[in-house]
Amino acid sequence: MRLPYFPGCTLHSKAQNFDASARAAAGALDIFLDELPDWTCCGATFSMSADSAMGLAAPTRILASAKEAGKLLTLCSFCYNTLKRTNHVIKTDPERRAKVTNFIEQEYDGSVRTLHLLEVLRDEIGFEALAKRVGRKLKGLKVAPYYGCLLLRPAAELEFDDPERPTILENFLASLGCQVVDFPHKTECCGSFVAVSDRGAAVECSTRILETAATLGAEMLVVSCPLCQYNLDQCQAEIRASRTRFAGIPVVYFSQLLAVALGCEESCLHFEQHAVDPRPRLSAWLGQGAPAAVQA
Amino acid sequence: MASAPDMVKIYLMGKQHEVPRGLTIQKATEYAGFRLLRGCGCRGGFCGACGTVYRVGSDYRLKVGLACQTVVQDQMYLAQIPFFPAVKAQYRVEDLPPTAETMISLYPEILRCVGCNTCRKVCPQELEVMRYIAAAQRGDIRKLADMSFDCLMCGLCASRCPAEIVQYNVAILGRRLYSRHVARFAAHLAARVQEIDAGGCDADLAAMVASDEATVRRLYDAREIEPEELVGGE
Repeated sequence: MRLPYFPGCTLHSKAQNFDASARAAAGALDIFLDELPDWTCCGATFSMSADSAMGLAAPTRILASAKEAGKLLTLCSFCYNTLKRTNHVIKTDPERRAKVTNFIEQEYDGSVRTLHLLEVLRDEIGFEALAKRVGRKLKGLKVAPYYGCLLLRPAAELEFDDPERPTILENFLASLGCQVVDFPHKTECCGSFVAVSDRGAAVECSTRILETAATLGAEMLVVSCPLCQYNLDQCQAEIRASRTRFAGIPVVYFSQLLAVALGCEESCLHFEQHAVDPRPRLSAWLGQGAPAAVQA
Repeated sequence: MASAPDMVKIYLMGKQHEVPRGLTIQKATEYAGFRLLRGCGCRGGFCGACGTVYRVGSDYRLKVGLACQTVVQDQMYLAQIPFFPAVKAQYRVEDLPPTAETMISLYPEILRCVGCNTCRKVCPQELEVMRYIAAAQRGDIRKLADMSFDCLMCGLCASRCPAEIVQYNVAILGRRLYSRHVARFAAHLAARVQEIDAGGCDADLAAMVASDEATVRRLYDAREIEPEELVGGE
């Protein structure tokens, strides 16, 4: 399966670990991510202004460039949210659609399906098939799924999963053999870009998430968003300084765990980019090849 | 009797002038009696001095071109942009890593890009300006350098950008970073320079200086232009 792929700015710079691990893991499952030949920043935040077409210009243009294939895959929660919500406006608001398409001088009708890799794993591969392929590889690893905001909300537009009680990450982790640590803050905000203007407030949000997950036994947190990863990973030194009972837990992308489970080439993981090193806890699985047998 | 030349009406500084069809904007302006003191350079489409904005008749679309290259049309309404205020960061390219952080710290306004594509529409070289700014945002210095290579720094993009980016200054930083830090060093060049410094060409040079004109001409016509092997080059 080949899918047109929109990496977004962050996956090309700060979050190369997300991009590289996803390409490798997807490739091992015969899903090839064809990066769009020419792309720009999507704007990173859906434009909520009802009067302006400017904020919709870039995401609409990106979606229009995938018109032929009819699908566009992205990994970053921000890009996913922006593209999917833009698509929704184009499909449901003819006046704004006319304004935007007239300005960018390109026709687009909202027909491109915006996909997240987790959806593809669930719908095209199937978690049961993935489990058979991986063979409970990561057995014994206690992982807490962290969704953040943008993957789930606004639920009516994203239709990604239940916004209050999502299960896609849990099912994904279970298919890799992980022990899933459910915890109450898995859909609460990590602080997002408030980290830029009021770092203290963002650290507070992240602290609650990390401490609760750790207290409930999580050895690792899995995320899908570069900003969540940044907030939750980078603040841990600060947290440990003031709260001595918190030992710190690594925060990894779901694609990195998938890549480890599939035995992908370790150069795709880029664990050295993490503030809290995941390698010690994953040492049992690093330095190995692919799982032995593929069961029928 | 010579036939009258085919004339077109153009508007310079708001006034109508009749000029012969087939002239470039620059020539037509001079035909109309103006002497160009600013906004005129190489006259060869290369220096970017004569970026011109115009409309044609009642068509609402803004058009652009270089005055020295663009031929006049009937009902052309002209305005030349000799200079537009630009901001230029101060830097030493030797000290800068070729990354997104460098681009953003020196030109933070590139993050204000709204993706309107006006810069591309206004570029007389038809460069993909918005896309090279996108490359700058994500630190793809090679792509930035490649896509902006034919930029003449005419300033039309900066004059129209709603985010107030000076695209051509961002681009030249990108090209400098590329040449200094990204492009591989041509090993054959270094070897050649060493050879010259060690006096490897002195004898040939002395012989040429002592030769007569016919010999020099013969040597020039038979010279080898390309290096034999491009070792380690980009």
